[in-house]
Amino acid sequence: MQFRKKDLLGIKQLEPEEINLILETAETFKEISTRPIKKVPTLRGRTVVHLFYEPSTRTRTSFEIAAKRLSADTFNISASTSSIVKGETLLDTAKNLEAMNPDIIVLRHSAAGAPHLLARHVQASVINAGDGMHEHPTQALLDLLTIKDKKGTISGQTVAIIGDIAHSRVARSNVWALTKMGAQVLVAGPTTMIPHDLDKLGVEVFYRPEDVIPKADVIMMLRIQLERQGRMLLPSLREYARVFGLNEEKLLQAKPDVLIMHPGPINRGVEISPAVADGPYSVILDQVNNGVAVRMALLYLLIGGEKDE
Amino acid sequence: MSKLIRGGRVLDPASGLDDMHDLLIEGDKIKDLGPPGALDKKSDSVEVINAEGLWVVPGLIDMHTHLREPGEEYKETVLTGSQAAAAGGFTSICCMPNTKPANDNSAVTDLILRRAAEADLVRVFPVGAISQGQKGEMLAEYAELKEAGVVAVSDDGIAVMNSQLMRRALEYAQVFNLPVISHAEDRDLAGDGVMHEGVVSTRLGLREIPSAAEDVMVFRDCSLAEVTGGRLHIAHLSSAGAVELVRQFKAKGVQVTAEATPHHFTLTDEALENFDTNLKVNPPIRSSADLTAIHQGLADGTIDAIATDHAPHSTIEKDVEFDYAAFGMIGLETAFPLTLRLADQGLLSPLEAIEKLTSNPARIIGVDLGRLTPGLPADVTLIDPNREFTVDVNQFRSKSRNSPFHGWQLRGKTVMVLRDGRIIFTEKNTSG
Repeated sequence: MQFRKKDLLGIKQLEPEEINLILETAETFKEISTRPIKKVPTLRGRTVVHLFYEPSTRTRTSFEIAAKRLSADTFNISASTSSIVKGETLLDTAKNLEAMNPDIIVLRHSAAGAPHLLARHVQASVINAGDGMHEHPTQALLDLLTIKDKKGTISGQTVAIIGDIAHSRVARSNVWALTKMGAQVLVAGPTTMIPHDLDKLGVEVFYRPEDVIPKADVIMMLRIQLERQGRMLLPSLREYARVFGLNEEKLLQAKPDVLIMHPGPINRGVEISPAVADGPYSVILDQVNNGVAVRMALLYLLIGGEKDE
Repeated sequence: MSKLIRGGRVLDPASGLDDMHDLLIEGDKIKDLGPPGALDKKSDSVEVINAEGLWVVPGLIDMHTHLREPGEEYKETVLTGSQAAAAGGFTSICCMPNTKPANDNSAVTDLILRRAAEADLVRVFPVGAISQGQKGEMLAEYAELKEAGVVAVSDDGIAVMNSQLMRRALEYAQVFNLPVISHAEDRDLAGDGVMHEGVVSTRLGLREIPSAAEDVMVFRDCSLAEVTGGRLHIAHLSSAGAVELVRQFKAKGVQVTAEATPHHFTLTDEALENFDTNLKVNPPIRSSADLTAIHQGLADGTIDAIATDHAPHSTIEKDVEFDYAAFGMIGLETAFPLTLRLADQGLLSPLEAIEKLTSNPARIIGVDLGRLTPGLPADVTLIDPNREFTVDVNQFRSKSRNSPFHGWQLRGKTVMVLRDGRIIFTEKNTSG
């Protein structure tokens, strides 16, 4: 099977077979990162541009390492969101980049749909590295890979996503990814952070973490954006941590082989206590490790093979 | 010089006439109507206009247009907006006051009317601001605005958040017999939302505008109309709750009227799936349940008028990320065929559909137009209801292209438009 899409804009557009292909390809690339010389010539002479309109350390570094281990040439463009409002538009930037013939543009942007806009205007493949509150497909793929590694299969697992669902692109991409792959998804979080009609996306909605923790094979904690306090969504981080955060006490109700995941960066003591984040059930660093393999797989699949438009 | 429009189907909602009739125009006035052939010998030097197969209707009236002049002439001017209106079958348009500067004084009103006179196409009726600078703090000078020619007041685009100011506007506007047009939106609830709150906003991760943002303000304004006895008109109803509130207050005898736009009675939020910024409008395009409620409101008369909310924007405002795009779409050149779809679906009779684009808006803004009555100005539109065409934004007369209906297959084309007995649009070319 070949990967025939020009772009990776979201999990929503992917078929389960395509997701499996990405995961299987990632599995084969994992070994490269364990070698003393962590580089293969697969994408030599190819150009990957990382266009980041939002600050990111983990995702950008992960993409960059992935591209370099495949010998692609990489370029980073960081722009603050405010500079687009004042200066060059995304489409002007895109046209300028296009004139330099990149093979892939990796875009991180605070506005939902920005990668879709970009993809309509460039020949290069576009990878969505996070668009507003919409999708973060590579995060969901690395989460799937982590679950598959640890549990053997994704289908049939019960996955609890806990926290600020409404503002989370990680949650949205994971809802698509997990439901497509046959997992059962439960979500829990304060009502102010559960978006309208969420149940229509094929998930079961709860409010209190205690209602989902005992059922879960996997618990994904979401990062709480600290500035949400000012937007009437929650009274205080103290109360959030007490009611919705994951600590050792709440974890007593969990299954003995539960996996604890977090997309990072974590707010220690807010959505997750240090003891849980660093504890035996945590696979947070496996997620980071798998991120490189998944991104290598995507770069490889998007550049190689024939494409549909 | 007389004109005889022969062989057409005349639809005149005010008189209830829907029959094969001829229409005689003398000078700038409607002279007579009669069965086919009855008027043939009434006039000597008569120019015959063949209307076989066409609908002959009162010139359409759009009570909600944005002309962007003064201030944003790169999007639209009074001239280009008038050309677009004529091409869409309109002979009268009301232009909203959110220009730059806002139309809150006679100088701006005068400028718009001077430009309209220079364009010399459709009638332009300016709407004045409710508050000075549309800031929602002090009442604008309604006496001066009325004398200059405004037909209503509205802070369209910027909802009046101060309930006391809205109350005073509904009271004070009565002195000058001006309706108050409400852009009903609780700006705190709408926040920085960009689309309707529902499963689609949840899927797309776009910030949401709840229906309640509209409903609470429709309730507030209807209550204030009840208390003050003022004349209230709710612009662009978009939610099921708002339709039901208007229905209830009308039943109580409160003086409230309402309009709906073609985009709100044609589209649902599912259309936003591809982040097309032309679908970003305020109020937002809502769910299929809201669409059904608007259809019912149109059918049972809760919604009196169909208005375009024609809101021109250039590529500068629209070829950007969805979050950054301006709200609004243009509508003058697609309003009629989209309205005709309601008749095709059996929701409205042809006469009811025309009524919402002619005599009803005329009544709301208090102008003696929108009827085919002998003695009235000869504002007449000829439409081919059967002609199919593909919407092509590049053929639009409007200066802007921000329509999501590009490429749609529609039926119902404006063939000729007369204002004051003068042809201001024919299908081939626009005069002026």
